[in-house]
Amino acid sequence: MALRRSTTYLGTTAGLFLVLVGIFLHTSWEVLASRPIYARKTALVRQLELTDLCLFTEASYTRHLSMTDPSTPFQDAPMSLEHFPTGALVGPPRHLMRNHGYGD
Amino acid sequence: MVIERHLHILDFTLSSLLRRKGKNGALLLVYTLIVFILASVLFFTHALKREAALVLKDAPEIVVQHTLTGRYQPIPVAWGDRIGKINGVISVRPRLWGYHYDTLLMANYTLMVPAENPPGPGSIDLGSGISRTHGANSGDMIAFAGHDGVPRMFTIRKILDSESQLLTSDLILLSEKDYRDFSGIAADQATDLTLRVRNPREYATIAEKITRMYPDTRPIMRSEILRTYDAVFGWRSGLMIVILSAAALAFIIFAWDKATGLSAEERKEIGILKAIGWETSDILMMKFWEGTAISLTAFLLGVILAHVHVFSTSSALFAPVLKGWSTLYPSFRLTPFIDFGQVATLFFLTVVPYTITTIVPSWRAATIEPDAVMR
Repeated sequence: MALRRSTTYLGTTAGLFLVLVGIFLHTSWEVLASRPIYARKTALVRQLELTDLCLFTEASYTRHLSMTDPSTPFQDAPMSLEHFPTGALVGPPRHLMRNHGYGD
Repeated sequence: MVIERHLHILDFTLSSLLRRKGKNGALLLVYTLIVFILASVLFFTHALKREAALVLKDAPEIVVQHTLTGRYQPIPVAWGDRIGKINGVISVRPRLWGYHYDTLLMANYTLMVPAENPPGPGSIDLGSGISRTHGANSGDMIAFAGHDGVPRMFTIRKILDSESQLLTSDLILLSEKDYRDFSGIAADQATDLTLRVRNPREYATIAEKITRMYPDTRPIMRSEILRTYDAVFGWRSGLMIVILSAAALAFIIFAWDKATGLSAEERKEIGILKAIGWETSDILMMKFWEGTAISLTAFLLGVILAHVHVFSTSSALFAPVLKGWSTLYPSFRLTPFIDFGQVATLFFLTVVPYTITTIVPSWRAATIEPDAVMR
């Protein structure tokens, strides 16, 4: 006997929902299991005195986002606009617009 | 009884949807794609922000840069002595680091003298990204041209662990002697100063004292480093706003299409149903199931696919955008940190509005007399 359409639909939706719940449960387990990895990573950050993630290596101002200055993305001339693609992905660090030396 | 009624209405709704297979299939596909893109962006940015917050929580408490005409410059090491005398500062260390552009592979590397356990003179530790592109392993010799164009030979002491690629992929760690010789930085200068501070509540006061002491310096506090990554993929940043506006626009089109009324065929269907005895509430129930069937399926499929995309394929679809012009790109796998609040928000922003905009025009059609609707 063929299944009712509603049974097929509700079964599929319940299946998808269970898959999603399963994924989220597995996720929680993975987060717990990753604690030792993060302990090693923080030790490395302390040892090397790192300040940034190595996410974009194409330009200094995206490689070391927190260490950058306001002029670098615009290079050397007023009309020389930022031209590295990853510059369009990231926002400037909030502290960039203050805490400058008076000589800026 | 109530359940059986719902099941019958659902049966009818699904048959009605299947009668317009092409249109509804395309709708489901586009809807799933939008949820997939939005969920991928949310999962990726949240996991990356959490990663940054967890690993950078032990970054230097304060970094002091020397600025000249708006750009950072090497800082005199002697400034550290005066800064070290500020109350609350435990220690000051001159940090040596910089960049090296490899003309052969057209890749940027970060050179750095580690605070602890630096390699001996003539040796280096290599990030796994550089090791991969050069095909170099520990014990091998490798040469890089220094500031004067003369190549220096180094023995690779070790390759940095690949689990920390998101931190060290492009790093070359070397001794202070080798770094000064390689970069040409004077013996009395450093790239910046790192401070250890006893009390986190004193960061701001110490930073203020430093800028008063040396007005051309820029202290960067640890909290600011952490906030940088919190805001790094903010919704206002270039590409993010393009993705979000495209998704918002697509939803507006969906909603507009639904809210501006029903097709003649749908109106006729409602008219016939009313004529054969369906109540207005039955028709609204049918439309509720219609909206739910499409939006809930799209939501579940989109979120599952986004999770697989971000956490199992290392955001393969985003990689070309994230790489930009980088030659070195860390092949990292993010830990699946998920903000369930974001998933719930995504649910309410995608499933609920669509379902409502499906019901409203049908309610208008269902309250008119059947003969007027069918005419």
